[in-house]
Amino acid sequence: MSALTDLTIAGARAALEKRECSARELAEAHIAAAEAARHLNAFVAETFDLALGQADASDKRLAAGEGGLLEGMPLAIKDLYCTKGVHSAACSHILDGFKPPYESTVTANLWREGAVMLGKANMDEFAMGSANVTSYYGNVINPWQREGDNKPLVPGGSSGGSAAAVAARIALAATGTDTGGSIRQPAAFCGLVGLKPTYGRCSRWGIIAFASSLDQAGPLTRSVEDAALMLQVMASYDAKDSTSVDVPVPDYAAALSGEVKGLRVGVPAEYRLDGMPEEIEALWRQGIDWYRDAGAEIVDISLPHTKYSLPTYYIVAPAECSSNLARYDGVRYGLREEDSDLTQMYERTRAKGFGAEVQRRIMIGTYVLSAGYYDAYYLKAQKLRTLIARDFQQAWEKVDVVLTPTAPSAAFAIGEKMDDPIAMYLNDVFTVPASMAGLPGISVPAGLSAEGLPLGLQLIGQPFDEARMLNAARFMEIAADFTARPAGASGGAA
Amino acid sequence: MSDYRIEGQTGDWEVVIGLEIHAQVISNAKLFSSAPTAFGAAANTQVSLVDAAMPGMLPVINGECVRQAVRTGLALGAEINLYSVFDRKNYFYPDLPPGYQISQFSQPIVGAGKVEIDLESGETVEIGVTRLHLEMDAGKSIHDMRPDATFVDLNRSGVALMEIVSEPDIRSPEEAGAYVRKIRSIVRYIGSCDGNMEEGSLRCDVNVSVRKPGEPLGTRCEIKNVNSVRFVMKALEYESERQVEILEDGGEIAQEPRLFDANQGVTRPMRSKEEAHDYRYFPDPDLLPLKLDADWVEELRVALPELPDAKKHRFMDEFGLGADDAGVLISEKETAEYFEQVAAGRDAKLAANWVTGELFGALNTAGLEISASPVSAEKLGGLVDRVADKTLSRRIAKEVFEIMFESGQDADAIIEERGLKQVSDSGAIDAVVDQIIADNPNKVAEYKGGKDKLIGWFVGQMMKASQGKANPQMANEAMKKKLDG
Repeated sequence: MSALTDLTIAGARAALEKRECSARELAEAHIAAAEAARHLNAFVAETFDLALGQADASDKRLAAGEGGLLEGMPLAIKDLYCTKGVHSAACSHILDGFKPPYESTVTANLWREGAVMLGKANMDEFAMGSANVTSYYGNVINPWQREGDNKPLVPGGSSGGSAAAVAARIALAATGTDTGGSIRQPAAFCGLVGLKPTYGRCSRWGIIAFASSLDQAGPLTRSVEDAALMLQVMASYDAKDSTSVDVPVPDYAAALSGEVKGLRVGVPAEYRLDGMPEEIEALWRQGIDWYRDAGAEIVDISLPHTKYSLPTYYIVAPAECSSNLARYDGVRYGLREEDSDLTQMYERTRAKGFGAEVQRRIMIGTYVLSAGYYDAYYLKAQKLRTLIARDFQQAWEKVDVVLTPTAPSAAFAIGEKMDDPIAMYLNDVFTVPASMAGLPGISVPAGLSAEGLPLGLQLIGQPFDEARMLNAARFMEIAADFTARPAGASGGAA
Repeated sequence: MSDYRIEGQTGDWEVVIGLEIHAQVISNAKLFSSAPTAFGAAANTQVSLVDAAMPGMLPVINGECVRQAVRTGLALGAEINLYSVFDRKNYFYPDLPPGYQISQFSQPIVGAGKVEIDLESGETVEIGVTRLHLEMDAGKSIHDMRPDATFVDLNRSGVALMEIVSEPDIRSPEEAGAYVRKIRSIVRYIGSCDGNMEEGSLRCDVNVSVRKPGEPLGTRCEIKNVNSVRFVMKALEYESERQVEILEDGGEIAQEPRLFDANQGVTRPMRSKEEAHDYRYFPDPDLLPLKLDADWVEELRVALPELPDAKKHRFMDEFGLGADDAGVLISEKETAEYFEQVAAGRDAKLAANWVTGELFGALNTAGLEISASPVSAEKLGGLVDRVADKTLSRRIAKEVFEIMFESGQDADAIIEERGLKQVSDSGAIDAVVDQIIADNPNKVAEYKGGKDKLIGWFVGQMMKASQGKANPQMANEAMKKKLDG
């Protein structure tokens, strides 16, 4: 058996079942790895005592033959999830000291199936960012490094702490959230599987809102099977979330045959961008070949409104966030900068509590919703959003899944792209369209860049068709046979 | 159409009024949370995580509030929109925890309707209802507990309100008052709002402008949060005069929110928290559009109770009441029910007289609502029975009523206990007649000499002798017969 921190969820479950290790040992191994990897800054709150308590409880249940689907699995939980009595601050200064008296639906689902919480994962403040450089708690460092270069790289974002933790083998898996690519892009940057489910598949209740019409919870894992197992537990219909959809949760892992013969794989012309690195193009072609060679049908498709996705996203998401973040006003919880004047108190609290990127998006959002601009920006963006979704609806008449690159580059160094918000926003150019259409997407590590960094390919699926998308991903996982591991990963046999 | 006019130095001015009524929905819980809504609970004891806008909390529409809004729309004869949308109205204030109010802006749940109002003159006027939409209430800021701090009570935060917007069809304070009373009557009839203006369950924003008859609409002012019918009328009287004075002095009306100061009887500009709000309305992404089933709406329509106007016409047709009496009796659902109980199987006009006369008078004096009447409908019916069967004269019946009102006893017990039965025994009456004629020979002579009017004096003597118990009609007849005979 390999090191406990090198196991997948599926492997760890088997090890627990065969009594090769205990849940406590599994937790202890991950805690030790996390302590050794603190320089990555993956956790903003460690909950190791809680984890050991949960692991002991898991061992008891396992001994009684009552283990849940994720019994004893040590996870990192993105700081955006409200976890009862535990630091939940969206990595923002404005939520200083906030410990919610409630548990998010998704994490409650995880604990019910026996999962163990190692800590709260670092992230871009309020999930706004693509490099995990906007967190109040500091940057996260990607455990991967360029060959022959030890410059610290970004893990991607916003779920950067989650991705770094799983890649560095300090958590078996992690929860993330994805608004425009915040699971898939860091998964690609860190050599992981990252799954954004269909909008409405996982409850948003208890997850701190960024852009309500786009936010979705999902897992970051080291295998497609693990992603299936995590989604199995995270997904549920929740009457407390009006946008949650009441469709049965299938057995995702059971559908993973890896068989793609006859699968219709769409390749959208519009995802071929000017100036896209050749290695990204080459990887994409490689992916297409894998499917073709396995008997899948490759279909060239057009998603004509793709080019409007990013600009539209940067109207809709800021508009919603400008309203969603109004509740952080210093009145009831979190930071308050006292002032005898109410308006001054608001202004000082929010100026100090929100970082530059959050302030930028609040201002953009406020602007596009303002009288006189609403029709030109917000309303037009909504219309375009409908057209983007229609592109995909028409594509589904011809194809079962769509194959694209996940991100236009590999991970970049901390400090790069920092002074140009637009360059940063371009990170999400391939992930945002599926978000705008509410569709499921998954990033699978498919190869390495010339510098030895992981690159991902994305599959986009039909609504609530995660099972077929996961199976297509499983095929790609086998074909790519991605075995590289980051230099910064802890322990284990290489 | 009302001919209410403000007389100015340059001629007559017409007043144009539109009302926005905020009616708190009677429901088990708040509009988007399960917190209770009872009035008067200790501060911040009826607040859910959603109402306090904790991070990650989401609104879920309360079906009961939707049902009540649809029923109210149906009762206003309005169009029900099977597709409606909740929007966010964004502004900062400490008693608005999310930083936005969830309301309905461009696509409300209820569209155009109308109500009829009855005026003193007997005229009936139709007032258009523009729309009705659902929205959540804010909490309450309390500024007077400490000089250096404001406190916030979130009990009201998230409570469901129906905003009922009228067309600018109202032309006088009287019409405005009648309109508010009519809306209140309708929502109370169907139980969608308790209509209690003192507790703030029903509040009005009053829009008013003035113009020379036939000219285009003038600039309006909005008088916010007026909480009684009387104040609505007073505020309008003041505000329309104020506007006329400004205009006649060559000034312009500033379009601004104002408040009515009930003590001084004047309106004043609101201290504006922020000059011009841009509410940045947009559809709430946490809530899906509200889609209603046409069959369900139809079921609600069929199940609506009888509404005030229908009841009025039925009272007129079924009980032969005049429009005045019928109008008074139907204005409150409780009154109408009370009356129907008294009238059941009895002379309805007699019943109406007792309800609108003695009962209303006594309740008014005692400051009681009809629901708290010490005389139940059943007991008042018992009294009416004794009047109808001539056991009691009208005068004695009034005395019995007063005793009933004090003691809560029923009529028969009082009559029995105090021996108040009207004497209708002709033998007994004849004996008293003989006695009075025998005792007053001079008056008898005068009467016979042609002073017919003295008959009243004779009957009065009879009533006195019988302590009021003699049946006045029989006494009159018997006396006349004896004197003339």
